[in-house]
Amino acid sequence: MAELMQRVWDRAMDAHVPLSIHFDLTYRCNERCVHCYLDHDDHGEMTTDEVKGVLDQLAAAGTFFLTFSGGEIFLRKDLFELVAYARALQFDVKLKTNGVLVREREAARIRELGVRQLQISVYSHRPEVHDAITKVPGSLVRTLAAIRLLTAAGVRVMIANVLMRQNAADYPGVRALAEELGVDCTIDPTITPMMNGDTAVIALRLPAPQLLQVFRDKSLVGNDFMTPASEPIDEDTLDGRPCSAGHTFCYISPYGDVYPCVQFPLPSGNVRKQRFEEIWGGSPQLEEVRSIRVRDLPTCSSCGHVSTCTRCPGLAYMEGNMRGPSSADCEKSQLRAGVLPSVSA
Amino acid sequence: MNDLVVARGTRVAARKVAGEMVILSADDSSLYVLNDIGTAVWEAVDGRTPLSTIVDDVVCRDYEVDRDSALRDVQEFVAGLMSHGVLAEVR
Repeated sequence: MAELMQRVWDRAMDAHVPLSIHFDLTYRCNERCVHCYLDHDDHGEMTTDEVKGVLDQLAAAGTFFLTFSGGEIFLRKDLFELVAYARALQFDVKLKTNGVLVREREAARIRELGVRQLQISVYSHRPEVHDAITKVPGSLVRTLAAIRLLTAAGVRVMIANVLMRQNAADYPGVRALAEELGVDCTIDPTITPMMNGDTAVIALRLPAPQLLQVFRDKSLVGNDFMTPASEPIDEDTLDGRPCSAGHTFCYISPYGDVYPCVQFPLPSGNVRKQRFEEIWGGSPQLEEVRSIRVRDLPTCSSCGHVSTCTRCPGLAYMEGNMRGPSSADCEKSQLRAGVLPSVSA
Repeated sequence: MNDLVVARGTRVAARKVAGEMVILSADDSSLYVLNDIGTAVWEAVDGRTPLSTIVDDVVCRDYEVDRDSALRDVQEFVAGLMSHGVLAEVR
């Protein structure tokens, strides 16, 4: 199964197919999460017909995996109309939401439409921690109620637990909660600068000692945490692509802007001005991203961690150079290998 | 079985990716990649046309195969997909 999926991705990569699209339908939100990278004001979202037109173009371009996200997608009154339209075009659809607006009717409709998964953010198993992050009293109770309704309706749910200073110690509790609810759980310590370049939220990132604790938690990583610090750098690694952004994946904003990734806000075109195929096939920005191989990264190509690093070119871009290192990923690589001198293990 | 009519399941996603039909089930995330003939059958399935007609009009027309063995192979293929909800019997 995993091999078959990898073959599909490899064929898409070779044929330059935009296999997976992250499509934010709105930046509006009913929560005000302290770490959020978005401006929640509506600056002119695409209309229902505009979104449908883009979906037609994506289907024609070969997109298979479609994630609708936001902002909070349930604030779009036409959400189910758009999901139904996407499913009629035979996309594999995932939804990202906080679940606060999901009731029995919504859960049943999601099941009926054949959505494969809902990803729901849960920051803590403790209401006082979760609600302090979302800044909405009662939000954890409502989110958990939604998860129960969805699972009862037969919808597959994945809890997304973003780690930051406020909830660093709570991921075991969130994982236990996920198990109790019968849903999957993913943990991510990535805090992204705001799309407008404001980096204030970076202060919320886990400090190195706490990040190290996560990387050494055997319940999360088994025995794999000790990544060798200086493997020989082989030619295959140097010929590799930094990630799928711009190759088989891209991001579309509620205003039609196309970026290589949600975490890589390099303006590459706008579907209100150009057809998606023209942007995907002809954008100089996407061409530049696609042209980069690991050997073209002046600092990273000679780093001992290069073969195992999860360097994000988007985070590097937000630090000023898409070919440069991403300091957050440097820190993660060093911590995984246990070589950060300032950290006592 | 010769008059079997099937439709695509309502809980699957499908797309032709670089020439191969890829199908993914929303129920269990099982993945199917169809070969040429499987893809031709998938594209011909419409919830109205009997399987035997699809074999005659699509498979036997475009591929050099014996009709009886083609029908047997397609029936087996369809039964496999039906058992996973990828195709559904209409009648």
